[in-house]
Amino acid sequence: MTDAAPSARHPGAALRMLAILRDLVRRPSGAVGLTLVLGHALLALLSPWLVPHDVTAVSALSMLGQPDALHWLGTDHLGRDIFSRVLMGGREAIWITGIATPLAVMWGGLVGIWFGLVGGRTDDVLMRIVDAFLALPWILKMLVLIVTFGTGDLVLIPTLAFFYGIPVIRIARAATHDVVARDYVQAARARGHRRLDIIVRELLPNVRDALLVEGAMRWSWMLLAFSSLSFLGFGVSPPTPDWGLMIADARGFMSFAPWGVLGPVIALSSLIIGINLTADALARTLGIDRAQKAPV
Amino acid sequence: MSSTGILDIRDLTVGFTGRDGRGRAVLRNVDMQVSPGESLGLVGESGSGKSTLALAAMGYFKRGLRVMGGSVRFEGQDLLALPPTALQAIRGHALALIPQNSGQALTPSMRIGAQLDEALRLHSPLAAERRAARVVELLEQVRLPEPQSMARRYPHELSGGQQQRAAIAMALAGEPRALLLDEPTTGLDVTTQAHVLELLRDLARERGMAMVYVSHDLGAIARVCDRVTVMYAGEVVQSGPVRAALRDPAHPYARGLLASIPRLHDTGLPRALDGRPPAPGETGAACAFAPRCMLAEPRCIAARPALQPDGSGGLVRCLRADETDVRPVIAAAAPRERAALTDEAALTIDDLAIRYRQTGLVARLMGQDPGPATVSDVTLTLRRGETLGLVGESGSGKSTILKSLAGLLAPARGRITVAGGVALPGAVETRSPDQLRRVQLIFQNPDDSLNPRHTIGDILAQPLRLYFGLEGEALRARSAELLERVRLGAHYLDRLPSQLSGGEKQRVAIARAFAARPDLVLCDEVTSALDVSVQAAVLDLLDELRAENGTSFVFVSHDLAVVRALSDRVAVLYLGRLCEIGPAEALFANPAHPYTEVLLGAVLEPDPDTAPVLLARDVTEGAPPARGCPFQRRCPRKPGSICETDQPPVQDLGNGHVLSCHIPVQTGALQ
Repeated sequence: MTDAAPSARHPGAALRMLAILRDLVRRPSGAVGLTLVLGHALLALLSPWLVPHDVTAVSALSMLGQPDALHWLGTDHLGRDIFSRVLMGGREAIWITGIATPLAVMWGGLVGIWFGLVGGRTDDVLMRIVDAFLALPWILKMLVLIVTFGTGDLVLIPTLAFFYGIPVIRIARAATHDVVARDYVQAARARGHRRLDIIVRELLPNVRDALLVEGAMRWSWMLLAFSSLSFLGFGVSPPTPDWGLMIADARGFMSFAPWGVLGPVIALSSLIIGINLTADALARTLGIDRAQKAPV
Repeated sequence: MSSTGILDIRDLTVGFTGRDGRGRAVLRNVDMQVSPGESLGLVGESGSGKSTLALAAMGYFKRGLRVMGGSVRFEGQDLLALPPTALQAIRGHALALIPQNSGQALTPSMRIGAQLDEALRLHSPLAAERRAARVVELLEQVRLPEPQSMARRYPHELSGGQQQRAAIAMALAGEPRALLLDEPTTGLDVTTQAHVLELLRDLARERGMAMVYVSHDLGAIARVCDRVTVMYAGEVVQSGPVRAALRDPAHPYARGLLASIPRLHDTGLPRALDGRPPAPGETGAACAFAPRCMLAEPRCIAARPALQPDGSGGLVRCLRADETDVRPVIAAAAPRERAALTDEAALTIDDLAIRYRQTGLVARLMGQDPGPATVSDVTLTLRRGETLGLVGESGSGKSTILKSLAGLLAPARGRITVAGGVALPGAVETRSPDQLRRVQLIFQNPDDSLNPRHTIGDILAQPLRLYFGLEGEALRARSAELLERVRLGAHYLDRLPSQLSGGEKQRVAIARAFAARPDLVLCDEVTSALDVSVQAAVLDLLDELRAENGTSFVFVSHDLAVVRALSDRVAVLYLGRLCEIGPAEALFANPAHPYTEVLLGAVLEPDPDTAPVLLARDVTEGAPPARGCPFQRRCPRKPGSICETDQPPVQDLGNGHVLSCHIPVQTGALQ
């Protein structure tokens, strides 16, 4: 924007954000969801200073111990404090998916808008490729990359961002189709604006809401995927605590030490439920119906 | 109660609760009575409450609205007190509604006959075996051709007018005693509209139905209604017999409204009604129209006037209604300042043909004939400072030609040349920035042509940055100047389109087009989404800008009176072929082409004493015939089989009046 313009538009944009936030908090699902998400984010930030025990300290004396005053959620098969590990176990997942989600929405969104604007045969052909890609089970595709390049943040973030950006293409393209037919896009074309100008100025502001909601949804699915990867042993490497990994470790002892699964499961599901509730409320606030958009 | 009419609304006040918790009235103390066999017209600007009133007549209120007082009675029953099941029994049965675009409300996957049968099953006591005969009868009643085969068709196999008739047949299935119509012909072609209105008028008379007809189109009201109620800011300002109400209304608002309508036989621009109606709850204890009224006195602001007899059998809500000598004069359109004619061509179209890509890949590989083009053989010239009106029914290719001129649709054949002999390449991507700047487009609906997320400043900045590289202070100054030019102030710069009224939005769209300093401005139905009072102001503005800048206009409209008001020359199109082109006066006074005659004949004037001239069986067509004259199948004056085989010859009637027809015209006889 120009030098003169920001003074004029920024209060408007900030006011809009505030209004959306206020509306979000007023909805019960928004209030509960946002509380859960913010609580988790806060915990992930502060947990290193909050944990009562060293999360990697192994103790042969207290293996699979029941919950007691010292170990609130008991201990795992290596005698580590489950409560401390649950507190710390979301850090990796939230950090990685928190970076990968915006990346996924950004690249998927831009490509989708571009497809929607170009239309015609190019769009037809490229979308069939996208469809074919979506038809493959996601875990298979991801495992191929991870097995090839190894684990670690530098592989996991781009991998998750890449695969989770593909369904975003579909959503962004559909949202763009609604906008492209509008006369203001035709007007911009008739004036002779470049395609990038049209995408940034005319389309993006009108597709943004749909992308925002989509981003929130993607985040929860990505968290699940990340936990699944950890569960399978391809995510976080031990001894770093992680909910998925903890569930995987504890599931063998579930019959006589169920508390090992309970902690991480509650933590993981409360975060995912929180994100889902927030996305739902956000969609309703922004006037987008998410009910029909099934997870891909 | 039965003596006062079948529909009886008394002292009805309807409103909603505002954000501040105060009640805001959308309808204020409204009275409305309709007797059997009578048809009442409801007119007013958008937001005047006319649709709310029509829906209230069937006991229905939009979400958020509540009744604050008054009663709604249908055949003596209080609809506001009835339980929902009892209301349901009345609605669609004794009391039916035909909404806008009801033709599109037909179920696309059900045959017309099956849909009618369903309506009969719900709303009539007829036995199953007798219903089939009744379906055909109903279709016959709405004058659909070949009712037997019509019943077996799907909605998409019917034309727009036929769909509307089928929807009317559905409403008639319950043998309603009262019919509510909300803009039933808006969106239909002039010819189709005229036919549907004739049908409604005859039906109401034949069956003794009461009708409430909501429309912004006073021409339609004049044709169909016996009485007219004029609404303003949620109250009845005038009510009375149609002749008095449309000829010499007592209320200043009604007079202003009438004056703002362009007439087919007036040569100039109609007078605009300044100002805008108040928002709900804005008017206190004053006359709602006082701020816009040229007769307003201090006493008009002191108290809200009551409805009083107007001396010609009606009621009027005006303190000065009896002072007939001060009433503003209606009509007398302001004569237009004609373009100073130079010979410099602003636009030359030579042998233009446009084809939508519809054929599939396989068909093209097989070398199948793609059929006649959407637009073909269009040749015309437009001089600098001139306005060319393009008219024709939907499907005549007028918007297609505009899109092609704007570069949004590359022509299949032909040359487009703008001022200075510069040939315009077909596609927008291949035009140079200067070529792009010269041609600007204004769209029909400003809600759709202004990005809702941009401020007015952002919107105007786009062409200014693109064509002139303006930035910073210079950009803002020029934007402000443009807003002044369209009679909006610089304080609009930071507003969003949603904060503007329809007319203001269209002014912004006009300012955006003129920001490019164009040679040629293309207007696509630019006033059809606006209220008549606003339309007059926008037409006036366009003409002023044309005169100031020497800009040429191509003006597309389905409203012939609007085209007449603004155009120097008019081109008549039928199925993408040019029928007739000539100076506006000559063409409207002496139409030479049979199609021009049909079009002009169907125009409805806001005058109950004029009647449209219609062909007995006139059905709009979708595609031109493969050979000969495009109008051959509908032509009322078809001279013979030559029309089916030969392209009609071009006849020059002199003075730029050119005709494409086999019927010979004597040049002298026309002038």
